[in-house]
Amino acid sequence: MRLLLKGARVIDPASGVDGARDILIEDGVIALVDRDITPAETGHTAIVELGPSLVVCPGFIDMHVHLREPGYEHKETVATGAAAAVAGGFTAVACMPNTNPVNDSASVTRFILKQAAEAGLARVYPIGAVSKGSDGKELAEMADMRDAGCVAFSDDGRPVATALLMRRALEYAGMLGLPVIDHCEDKTLAGEGVAHEGFHASQLGLRGIPSAAEDVMVERDVVLAAMTGSHAHIAHLSTSGALRAVRAAKARGVRVTCEVAPHHFTLSDDRLMSPLAYDTNLKMNPPLRHAHDREALVEGLRDGSVDVIATDHAPHHADDKTVEFDRASFGIVGLETAVSLSLDRLVHAGVVSLPRMVELLSTNPARILRVPGGRLQPGDAADLTILAPDLGVTVSAAAFSSKSRNTPFDGWTLRGGVAATIVGGRALFVNADVPAAAGLRRS
Amino acid sequence: MNDKAVRLRGKDLLGIADLTASEISLVLDTAEAMKEVSARPIKKVPALRGKTVINLFYEPSTRTRTSFEVAEKRLSADTLNIAIATSSVVKGETLIDTALNLEAMNPDLIVMRHASSGSCHLLARTCKAGILNAGDGMLEHPTQGLLDAFTIRERKGRLHGLKVAIIGDMLHSRVFRSNVYLLTKMGAEVWACGPPTLMPAGIEQLGVRATTDVEEAVKDADAVMMLRIQLERMQGGFFPSLREYFQVFGMTPERVRLAKPDAIIMHPGPMNRGVEIASEVADGPASVILDQVANGVAVRMAVLYLLAGGGDDETAA
Repeated sequence: MRLLLKGARVIDPASGVDGARDILIEDGVIALVDRDITPAETGHTAIVELGPSLVVCPGFIDMHVHLREPGYEHKETVATGAAAAVAGGFTAVACMPNTNPVNDSASVTRFILKQAAEAGLARVYPIGAVSKGSDGKELAEMADMRDAGCVAFSDDGRPVATALLMRRALEYAGMLGLPVIDHCEDKTLAGEGVAHEGFHASQLGLRGIPSAAEDVMVERDVVLAAMTGSHAHIAHLSTSGALRAVRAAKARGVRVTCEVAPHHFTLSDDRLMSPLAYDTNLKMNPPLRHAHDREALVEGLRDGSVDVIATDHAPHHADDKTVEFDRASFGIVGLETAVSLSLDRLVHAGVVSLPRMVELLSTNPARILRVPGGRLQPGDAADLTILAPDLGVTVSAAAFSSKSRNTPFDGWTLRGGVAATIVGGRALFVNADVPAAAGLRRS
Repeated sequence: MNDKAVRLRGKDLLGIADLTASEISLVLDTAEAMKEVSARPIKKVPALRGKTVINLFYEPSTRTRTSFEVAEKRLSADTLNIAIATSSVVKGETLIDTALNLEAMNPDLIVMRHASSGSCHLLARTCKAGILNAGDGMLEHPTQGLLDAFTIRERKGRLHGLKVAIIGDMLHSRVFRSNVYLLTKMGAEVWACGPPTLMPAGIEQLGVRATTDVEEAVKDADAVMMLRIQLERMQGGFFPSLREYFQVFGMTPERVRLAKPDAIIMHPGPMNRGVEIASEVADGPASVILDQVANGVAVRMAVLYLLAGGGDDETAA
């Protein structure tokens, strides 16, 4: 089984490639990346002319998603989440452990991987809980979970509860060579908040979550990462203060990385007022921050302080959102809008180059999680994301592959989209709106 | 100048934030006529005869619910009261389901009080019936703002150019927000005073002067409005003690003397005597606290009439 992709622009920051290349795939593995590859005389090679309008990248990896299984299958399952991933251009996702039961043991990890294997779509990398039940008291069995397939540890949805637990988690995960991912939020400062503390929350009578709730926790984690020498990864960073802390820590050589979600670099808290006041699809944690924070995040994406774009894909049933703002669940789905938002808001807006976007969505998450991919290297599995950077896209929540529809971007028109998603040499998603990718359907 | 409004634009009254200055004046002018009705021996007019008004209260209320009910009855509306304890809602139906069930009985207006800010917005998007906000979370209590303005205007003849000091818990107060929106739209100068722990973020962007110095706030004020300290909310340690609160922010006769000689003292109730206000002030000659209650009925009659009354439907048919 050979597949030859011809004529596209290939971007692979890990090997410094950016230009017209052909890619030969054999039995699901990358065999060769080169200029003008001629198919071998023997055996059948399917040749797909992609042409220069498309961009082939190492497969995108969303290192922060919630797949809701086990326990909340009415919101999402591993299979529907993995389908949303490939529809959104992601060849792999890392799923947070706040399921029911919490993924705090190897048996839950193995269950998730079994569901993922049965789905046979995007690769799924489970993230194990830092503490048993994610209740912030005792360390979960991290080594056992690592052996079962976990790629990182987090109590996401909640912060790692105490400085002592974070210290021990970093020390122990450091032994295993895996990062601790922290949802940075000082719960005493955040209180019962539901929106960013500032003028707009005051005007709407909503209880605020101050930026400081995030900032002090990021500062804590930076101190502990420096102390332990282990790797702390800051989830969904949303404030200028937290970014400043990460930037300064990196300059000192502390092993800290961070991710930013598309909604945080696209929207700010002034959206809470209009066009629709109290739209629960604008309720997430961390909340949409001040416009100054959004601008700081964009600058961090540009200057390299931000390592990763991750969606914090948080599917919720309409019943959890069609209620009073105070009572609505936090979070929005992100897998099927992230690529278009990144192309439109970052690349076409002139903030980052396409190669930098590939680093943010593929190279860096692969490096941080130490998972395969993130590069186009002969011998690696052929996980590819193919972009149509100039495609006109209209977001349609009704057409999502995800089980949930909770997005504030429904109806948005954006420039740039996914042409196809190839996992292990198989084209699992081919966008019908991209004629240049049509050949992949037959391959 | 704005053209004089002759009707409200929307089917709902969700907050003062949505009203123009001219609509506010319309409500206040209409309330003057309604006040006259309440002074008659037969306190009833047929303005809302055949109209159904549902009072849906998710939070306990004596004053506001009674005031609405009196207003509705004086306008001859058919009224019914539904009080829902929050605890039963937790296991029971959603707000929207409750609203749709009520809507199926074809009411003309739903008057709602609810603990969540924006809940009336949610209801207004769901229901054909007009929604009248009787206090939602920390957002607005528009009829309170209107009755406060009515009371000030009655005593001072105007709102424009007056200095109004609002003192107390601004963070959790829907009365505060409605008053700020209303008074700033009508050209009053609003001073907000309280401990910094009870000031909402970005308070000055709301168009007020904020201070922690009660004497600065009260100095030369035309009206001083005390906000209730919600004792049940004060467990979080927003200030050290009620005793210290009264020392620093309480309205005493000495502080009242800093205001204009003809200043009025207001309180939306229920009062905590000796916490935010001294009894001598609450019961003193400058107090208009009971006038506020009386005016509440007139203002609510005006709003009910403007939302549900009038002959528009008949002429349209």
